[in-house]
Amino acid sequence: MSTPLLDVRNLSIGFGTADPVVRDVSFSVMPGETLALVGESGSGKTITCRSVLRILPDAARISGGEINFDCKGTQIDLLTLPERGMRRIRGNQIAMIFQEPMRSLSPLHRLGDQVSEVLRLHRDMPMREARRTVLETFERVGFPDPGRVWQSYPFEMSGGMRQRAMIAMAMVARPELLIADEPTTALDVTTQAQVLGLIKDLQKDTGMAVILVTHDLGVVANMAESVVVMNKGRVMERGPADVVLGAPAHGYTQKLFAAAPMIPEVAAPARAAPHDDLILDMRKVTKTYTMRAGGWSAPKVVTACHRVDLELQRGKTLAVVGESGSGKTTCARIALGAELPDRGSEVLFRAAADSKPLRVDAMSQSERVAFQRQAQMVFQDPYSSLSPRMRIQQALTEPMEIHNIGSRKDRREKAAEMLRWVGLDPSMLSRYPHAFSGGQRQRLSIARALTLDPVLLVCDEPTSALDVSVQEQILTLLEDIRDGMGLSYLFISHDLAVVARIADEVAVMRQGVVVEQAPPDTLFYNPRHPYTRALIAAQPEPDLNRPIDLSLVARGAGSPSTWPEAYRFEGVDAPALTELEPGHKVRCHV
Amino acid sequence: MMFLRYAIYRFITMLLTLWVVSILIFVIINLPPGDYLSNQIAELRATGQAEGVAKAEFLRTEYALDRPIWEQYLIWVGMAPGPQGWYGLIQGNFGWSFEFDRPVSEVVGDALWLTVLVNLAAVLFVYLVALPLGVIAAARSETWVDYTAAFVGYLGLATPNFLLALILFYYGNKYFDLPIGGLMSPEYEGEPMSWDKVKSILVHLIVPTFVIGTSGAAAMMQRLRANMLDELSKPYVETARAKGLGPAKLLAKYPLRMAFNPFVADIGNLLPAMVSGSVLVSVVLGLQTIGPSLLTALKSQDQFLAGFVLMFVALLTLIGTMISDLLLVLLDPRIRYGARGS
Repeated sequence: MSTPLLDVRNLSIGFGTADPVVRDVSFSVMPGETLALVGESGSGKTITCRSVLRILPDAARISGGEINFDCKGTQIDLLTLPERGMRRIRGNQIAMIFQEPMRSLSPLHRLGDQVSEVLRLHRDMPMREARRTVLETFERVGFPDPGRVWQSYPFEMSGGMRQRAMIAMAMVARPELLIADEPTTALDVTTQAQVLGLIKDLQKDTGMAVILVTHDLGVVANMAESVVVMNKGRVMERGPADVVLGAPAHGYTQKLFAAAPMIPEVAAPARAAPHDDLILDMRKVTKTYTMRAGGWSAPKVVTACHRVDLELQRGKTLAVVGESGSGKTTCARIALGAELPDRGSEVLFRAAADSKPLRVDAMSQSERVAFQRQAQMVFQDPYSSLSPRMRIQQALTEPMEIHNIGSRKDRREKAAEMLRWVGLDPSMLSRYPHAFSGGQRQRLSIARALTLDPVLLVCDEPTSALDVSVQEQILTLLEDIRDGMGLSYLFISHDLAVVARIADEVAVMRQGVVVEQAPPDTLFYNPRHPYTRALIAAQPEPDLNRPIDLSLVARGAGSPSTWPEAYRFEGVDAPALTELEPGHKVRCHV
Repeated sequence: MMFLRYAIYRFITMLLTLWVVSILIFVIINLPPGDYLSNQIAELRATGQAEGVAKAEFLRTEYALDRPIWEQYLIWVGMAPGPQGWYGLIQGNFGWSFEFDRPVSEVVGDALWLTVLVNLAAVLFVYLVALPLGVIAAARSETWVDYTAAFVGYLGLATPNFLLALILFYYGNKYFDLPIGGLMSPEYEGEPMSWDKVKSILVHLIVPTFVIGTSGAAAMMQRLRANMLDELSKPYVETARAKGLGPAKLLAKYPLRMAFNPFVADIGNLLPAMVSGSVLVSVVLGLQTIGPSLLTALKSQDQFLAGFVLMFVALLTLIGTMISDLLLVLLDPRIRYGARGS
């Protein structure tokens, strides 16, 4: 057995005098191997991987253990290495890529400058040679025009492109070990698939080892050879990927598996859903924004969504799925009257089956107040959607105060009742939001939305800021509430697997238009549109036998002008949405 | 090319702003009832000096003070013909000071350039002091370096300027033989520029620069420190560390560049604050800047003098803002590309 490239032994890290956040963690990485460090937030996985490069926050103290790195045959303990020696290892032998490509690159420096800096630091390379090497690396990570990338600033690029540039920066000095800290969490699912594929390819070329820090078992199954599962600072389970993923031994790993959302394998398409009692009916909704540029430049028109038709049946859930920039959130805001659509659009809301439809896009002030009681929203980020200065009771009773409902005592009782509905204890009413975990906060914001007894709930990515096990609980809660209170949901998400369990109908959006619409089972049984197929193919499954099919992803994930002929379009000039079979609509030329 | 276009655009907007400012200044100066001459005529009548009245009446028609205010304004700016034809600010005529009985240009004279000099020196002082102290305070935040810098800074903010001036004059003179008051030794006043005169001015500048600059420097330092601390916790700093950059180079290349924006944007705000803030200091220190003239002019409703001084300060401010805007465009690609609309 050869010596490991990196050997972490009994590592313990703490903040100040508090209990250590990483306890007695050991693992090793062989040369060329991919090790996945898996855990939910607070598991200590990020701190652990940062301690390898010793780039921990100032307050963190490494209280014990050693990290041995095999540097060309000599063993070095990275924890006792002087700072100067450590700097020679960073970026040179061990490189790192971070979670947020948007913020991990300096916005003021050209990419060429930022990437070539690594070579100038560690290789003492003259500018000409550094430039040549960097351009080669840019080409290797999939930039079609390396010269332009050299000149570009990060903000000129999309998230996926920035992450490619980050990877180029990490790879340019040909490190022996790459630490990737949630490298794809902030990316859209199709981009994630491509970036993961790229890391894998580069690894094959250069023979470097990779430590992949992630919370996503699907990513692990696609990438890793061995797995370390962490929880609350301790290693729960460790072993080869096929063993850990195939037959998880530890209860915690099993729990993670149970919670991981999956796209189900469907045996038969679903029957077409009825559309006879619509609570929300959006017709030909178009929204354009005019961006005013400074100086003398001409204003630019951006289309957020274009002639979107969405019909939400009473008591059902309609999911709108798409990547960032697909226009899904704009649709949600228009449905709530928070934003006015362009002329020619129509948004109808029927509070009850027999009531007169309300034009949400043309409400009077009094209609708006009444509408707000009936349609409420659950937001994406439970951390910023609750005021930190308001007690829970205040946050929950405020909507009723605004609408003058009930006495003080009634409102308090209602708030307590809502807390019980979302599975929290009414004794928590006097606490402040900071005393709650992310999942509890999302329960609170659901409770707040429910205090006005709405009939329509718009959920904007309600689980995407949460850990998988918590996500599972919140989805179950939302289902229970929908069925218990007879609510209808407009559910916005970027994740088909999440939508698979909660939705009765799914509309897939891309660049402001709906490209395919069907009940989830029909959609998964027979996806027709190349973009839907790409979304499904890109979903990482925690199953070693179902790896991501990158060619399927590539076919549908590009811009609409690269799609197969039957689906191709440019700008907003899209083909019509055609009903191919009952309840299954696809945007294609027929 | 794009920068040149932006510079021209910015220059034109500056002229437009200056024009609006001129209207405001003229209206505000004319808000109190009466003017210098009508006050004088009333006083002369009361004391029975008829010959003086005739002269004042003559001046009133000569400077068009008997006309409606909008006409007065146009004549003052030079956008309409007055009693002396088209001859206003635009044509280079700054008007007549009734208080000093001389043309404004003569009253202000050298003071104009000395004002610019004193304030430029103060601005330079602010930047030279605030930049290193702010960066060090941020890099070593919550250590004795940080606390000492903050303490000295707040001391500078909290001490009244004129008091500081008196203290510095006393000790400066006692221990370093620095001159007291004025901007040059009396023998050079009115003399042509010479090496000795320059030296005299420089020595005289030390205390005023320090006095006018301290509070600005203290405020600027705290702002830079706060900006730096914000930037230091951003992920791109971590990226740079993970690359293997050394601490000094890292600090200078990444977070400092980012924290620099507000620093540059402040140039425009700094100038007027200093010019108006230094009026009192100039009076106390006996500096021949335009500050004291402004004070007298405002007190005695000497409208052309006051108007000119205010216009001059406004011009300095606008030029300062323009410079900082142009620098920002050069420094920050995001602003550059935002302006291009991409």
